[in-house]
Amino acid sequence: MTARSQSSVVYPCTASHSGLMNDRVNFDEMWGSGQESIRDPYADFNNWFQDENPSRLRKKQREADDLFRLTGITFNVYGRAEAAERLIPFDIIPRIISGREWSRLSRGIEQRVRAINAFLHDIYHRQEIVRAGRIPAEMISKNVAFEPKMIGVTPPGGVYTHIVGIDLVRTGPDEFYVLEDNARTPSGVSYMLENRETMLQMFPELFSRNRVQQVSNYPKMLRRSLAACAPNCAGDRPRVAVLTPGIFNSAYYEHSFLADKMGVELVEGHDLRVVDGRVQMRTTEGYQPIDVLYRRVDDEFLDPLNFNPESALGIPGIMDVYRAGNITIANAPGTGIADDKAIYSYMPDIVEFYTGEKAILKNVPTWRCNDPESLSYVLDNLEDLVVKEVHGSGGYGMLIGPTATKKDIAEFRKKLKARPGNYIAQPTLSLSTVPTFTRTGLAPRHVDLRPFVLVSPDKVDITPGGLTRVALKKGSLVVNSSQGGGTKDTWVLEE
Amino acid sequence: MLGKTAGGLYWMFRYLERSENTARLIEAGQRLSLTRPSGEDEWSSVLETAAMHWGYQAAYGADYTREQVIDWMLRDKDNPSSVLNLICMARNNAKTVRTALTREVWEGVNECYMVLCNKLARKVAERDLPEVLQMIRQRTAYVRGATHGTMLRNDFYDFSRIGTFVERADNTARILDVKYYVLLPSAMSVGSSLDNVQWQTILRSVSAEGGFQISYGQDPRPREIAQFLILDKRMPRSLSFCTDKIRDNLGYLMADYGTRLKCHDMADKLALRTMQRSIDEVLDDGLHQFIQEYLKSVAELGNQIEVDYRFYA
Repeated sequence: MTARSQSSVVYPCTASHSGLMNDRVNFDEMWGSGQESIRDPYADFNNWFQDENPSRLRKKQREADDLFRLTGITFNVYGRAEAAERLIPFDIIPRIISGREWSRLSRGIEQRVRAINAFLHDIYHRQEIVRAGRIPAEMISKNVAFEPKMIGVTPPGGVYTHIVGIDLVRTGPDEFYVLEDNARTPSGVSYMLENRETMLQMFPELFSRNRVQQVSNYPKMLRRSLAACAPNCAGDRPRVAVLTPGIFNSAYYEHSFLADKMGVELVEGHDLRVVDGRVQMRTTEGYQPIDVLYRRVDDEFLDPLNFNPESALGIPGIMDVYRAGNITIANAPGTGIADDKAIYSYMPDIVEFYTGEKAILKNVPTWRCNDPESLSYVLDNLEDLVVKEVHGSGGYGMLIGPTATKKDIAEFRKKLKARPGNYIAQPTLSLSTVPTFTRTGLAPRHVDLRPFVLVSPDKVDITPGGLTRVALKKGSLVVNSSQGGGTKDTWVLEE
Repeated sequence: MLGKTAGGLYWMFRYLERSENTARLIEAGQRLSLTRPSGEDEWSSVLETAAMHWGYQAAYGADYTREQVIDWMLRDKDNPSSVLNLICMARNNAKTVRTALTREVWEGVNECYMVLCNKLARKVAERDLPEVLQMIRQRTAYVRGATHGTMLRNDFYDFSRIGTFVERADNTARILDVKYYVLLPSAMSVGSSLDNVQWQTILRSVSAEGGFQISYGQDPRPREIAQFLILDKRMPRSLSFCTDKIRDNLGYLMADYGTRLKCHDMADKLALRTMQRSIDEVLDDGLHQFIQEYLKSVAELGNQIEVDYRFYA
């Protein structure tokens, strides 16, 4: 039961960034990096686990799957003939973070999120950061994520990114890196909440033994936070709604879950219409205005009159209502400029420029391939690097050098040479692992962490923990659910 | 509430009610064909009652074999009213209106879907038929029970109930529409065993053999069956009962919203026509015509409700 297996894959480090990499075996959050004993946050969990019967745990794992299926926590897989509904695999072994580790992380997250909001305001107004020469003008003006229709627009309450997900990875006891920022429509928070509910139901005794910080008031905070950003025309109780593309969207479960838990309407584009200068929803008693729209529809589809004219998901004219200050759209259109992978490489500068402080959270060193020197370095070191599309997401269209075949690398080399500006490259990080329940007992698997952040005019709320995604395949570094990743409950212990 | 949500609830409960009724019709048809070997042509009448005969004929012509008809009604993808399609649609609606449902109701629908998708993935063997039909009735009844036991008595509930009873009224009326001739006074004089079987089948189609016996005794007479299915206010599937429920729930909406709409007038008129008559008047004026008018009025009322409460626009 206690047999420790270790990841057989150790990633090579690049000469120029050896500080990032552990030359030793990679860091495991329960077992540490080598011979030391169980790390503190996991001590009590480990005691519990030692006394557990593996067959009971296997049964619990099946129960968890049934529970998810019954609740309907599924996602739709695109591009299949049959509308397939899949479960994201849930691993019953929690990922545990100490209160001390968390408080440092959350300071860094808050700093970064405040900087992102300030950056967005600046980019759509005076562009001081460009004038100061900290970011080249063409990084903004030629960026497809820059939204000209937002120039000069200040959203109600001054907030651009009401909901942010910061993807973090860990490489050592005190080493966390921001892998990417999600400033458009970060998803996954329903898994954070349902994973906890599932664990509470299956292993109540674990929560009696460990003091784990609550996550369950996230929907309440989300509603409060959205309402706090309502436009001036709203009454005392601003009317909030969640906009979904509909039941066939891959994240529909989350949309309905959040609307349900917040106690607000879940609307689709065809429920809405612009009437008398307001966005209104069709109710059984006629049209009624909405003050705050938490939209889970991409910018492009939001308004067929202002953006993609083919879109059937949006509301014709909503952008005009928005620019007149009569509705809050969360997140604001055009926030994608802040989580663009090319802009990402400037984040340390951005944080410093707007907060006057050094960034608490580190960025992963990034080569921008549109720079000829960087490109030639990247081309020379492809087998050691991770290369990503600037506008890609979901783990698609990326090259992981160390695990790629010669053929993959050759193909990527061609793509890179053809459109260097479309790519960035990063060293392959030796991501931390967390024990995961497998057929043969616990085994280390690589993880990342997406904490969820809420921004309102008066404060930044960070839910302790977030979504831990785990690459279930031995040695794999890709945690995306679309690529076979799973999730874990994430505990932040009381300090 | 959103117009879309009202429509989603209304249709979700119609689909669930219809799948339950379809299971009952199959059960009655199966029973008839087992007890009366020459009953093959009974399947065309079962299809007609379920309003599935046009589609079936388009697919298979006039070849009414037991196996083929049951498969069409239970699981054929080309039949929009097959139980499998109904359950899928009910669940899609439940997803759309998820925020209006309690967890119990949602899980009831979802489990109904999971269990029946599994059971109806392949052709149902004759020996498994009773179990499958029972499962359809149990799973849909569970959703109705969870709705009754956990949902707030607000407009969500009203639209759910209206959907249930519009569908049920339609279903009972269809049974009468197809079988009216065995209930005519002239049929009584025949009094053959054939008619006896038909009468039992009608009662079985609405799960009312026991209820009828308690109310009217052991020997079904056509006049009493007609009375029971059309006018008896104790009988939860009678036209009168369903009409009352539709009108009651529309009344709650009227009180809740403070607005009287066209559908309220139509419901009142329908109630007057069904309830303020004796069975003799109905039979004298023509049972078939009465039923056909009722079916038409219920359909019109359903359409008006969709318009008045802005289901689609």
